Amino acid sequence: MAKSALLKSSLAKKYWMALTGLFLCLFLVGHLLGNLQLLASGDEAALHFNEYAFFMTTNPGVKILSYVTYFSILFHAIDGIVLTIQNRKARPKGYVKNNAAANTIWASRNMAVLGTLILVFIVTHMVNFWSRMHFDENIPLQTVSIDAGDGIQQEFYITTDGSYVPKKQVEDGTLEIRNRTDFYDARAGVKYKEGYKDLYKITVDFFKNPDYGLIATILYALAMLVLAFHLYHGFGSAFQSMGLNNPSYNGLIKNFGKAFAIVVPLMFALIPLYIHFIL
Amino acid sequence: MNLKLKIWRQKDARDQGRMVDYNISDVSPDMSFLEMLDVLNEDLNNKGEDPVAFDHDCREGICGMCSLYINGEAHGPDRGVTTCQLHMRKFKDGDTIYIEPFRAKAFPVIKDLVVDRTSFDRIQQAGGFISVNTSGNTQDANAIPIKKHNADLSFDAATCIGCGACVASCKNASAMLFVSAKVSQFALLPQGRVEATERVLNMVKKMDEEGFGACTNTGACEVECPKGISLENIARMNREYLVASMK
Ligand code: HEM
Ligand code: SF4
Ligand code: FES
Repeated sequence: MAKSALLKSSLAKKYWMALTGLFLCLFLVGHLLGNLQLLASGDEAALHFNEYAFFMTTNPGVKILSYVTYFSILFHAIDGIVLTIQNRKARPKGYVKNNAAANTIWASRNMAVLGTLILVFIVTHMVNFWSRMHFDENIPLQTVSIDAGDGIQQEFYITTDGSYVPKKQVEDGTLEIRNRTDFYDARAGVKYKEGYKDLYKITVDFFKNPDYGLIATILYALAMLVLAFHLYHGFGSAFQSMGLNNPSYNGLIKNFGKAFAIVVPLMFALIPLYIHFIL
Repeated sequence: MNLKLKIWRQKDARDQGRMVDYNISDVSPDMSFLEMLDVLNEDLNNKGEDPVAFDHDCREGICGMCSLYINGEAHGPDRGVTTCQLHMRKFKDGDTIYIEPFRAKAFPVIKDLVVDRTSFDRIQQAGGFISVNTSGNTQDANAIPIKKHNADLSFDAATCIGCGACVASCKNASAMLFVSAKVSQFALLPQGRVEATERVLNMVKKMDEEGFGACTNTGACEVECPKGISLENIARMNREYLVASMK
């Protein structure tokens, strides 16, 4: 009985909701800290960002965390929808007049709608960036312009071991790009060096795109507004679900949660806004 | 004052039910809400019409029998009172007042504004008690020392009158506030610890079986509860249940 209680009861569903929700809040912090590097511009900054992205996609520890994140999003979304359906069934006939605003905040009554919008955003966002990073056959690799001492600016690819490959060598066929990021000696057919996927460029081009850059920027900012509302109720709610409610620290959780719900989405939203309107 | 009432009328459990308009005049602001309904029923009786059925008993805010969803809130717009303690001075001359039964799958309508709340009784029977022998060998209550703080919290939880306003107000028709009050009043006392594990597991199981929803922590219940039962009780039950289900 005890075991099934921890999986099937209404309370258990909420423990999982809270655990996955709070884990996703941690993920948001990590993701934000990485992305804030996009606010710096120039080749140096682009390199830092691409190096960071390289680390995030290759480090085994980060890989595990990313799988926990995928799992959390899926589990949180499915559990949330199951709960919402069950909760609807608990009141088959509603009120003719219901003054819900008298006793609850709007966000708390609309967690499922907000969550579903977040899910739509996550899928869109993954199609926009994640899928290109993982699958785009013609992904741009990072280059820099360097004056090689003769007063002429030349384009070089930067490689993961910190050296430079002249772009000319790829253009004239001496080197070939294979497996999206590897420079191969064309004649010998052996791997020479590896480049950085230029995710910085992909991001900037996306939000500066003359056709859809503006609309994408607006939609991304709106998605962050939705996230803010979800977290405004969700953050504190998760502690209550876990049974962590104590008058001596409730104020702290509440205030921290509200600050978190405003600051984190706002900082995320600043990135596309900055790229589109200022950069 | 004169009021326009929109009241849910439903002949029996199987009837579809509908809102019916009534006008009532010369309502005194000093009347309680139920006295106002008494006047309406007197009127209907005199006209040979079927009076409006509603639940009530003590009329002093202690039994938990009265209910009603008034203008979109359980026990009406006032705070910390039951419908029987709600006074007509909370309304203005010319107001329209919507009066509906508490709505939940686990609270089916019996007639008009009367709902069946025996699902609460069944939850209580699943564990809302302590098994002590009271036949002549009762222990002196003061023999077991109890922290004042815990005694107070337990007493606060025990003031729940089982009215069901928490369920009625919750968007999920969740019974968490009620059940957590009943779990807490025992969980906080040594006498209740003996059966604490089975109590919380069984009462939550019954709560789910009866068709109440889960808790989204909106807090509507705490606002509308006539006895000011705190959300802390829900968190306590969440803790109790987590520990109990891992045992
Ligand atoms: C980054 C993404 C997300 C974060 C950080 C997040 C965070 C949270 C947190 C902390 C809670 C409170 C849990 C509790 O009350 O115990 C919550 C609740 C909820 N979330 Fe999310 N969430 C996210 C995405 C989603 C998605 C994609 C859905 C999809 C449907 C969703 C649906 C819900 C629902 C329905 C609830 C309320 C459940 C209830 O009735 O109590 N969330 N979320
Ligand atoms: S917790 Fe409050 S609203 Fe719910 S049944 Fe008890 S007294 Fe009524
Ligand atoms: S009639 Fe007893 S509490 Fe209202």
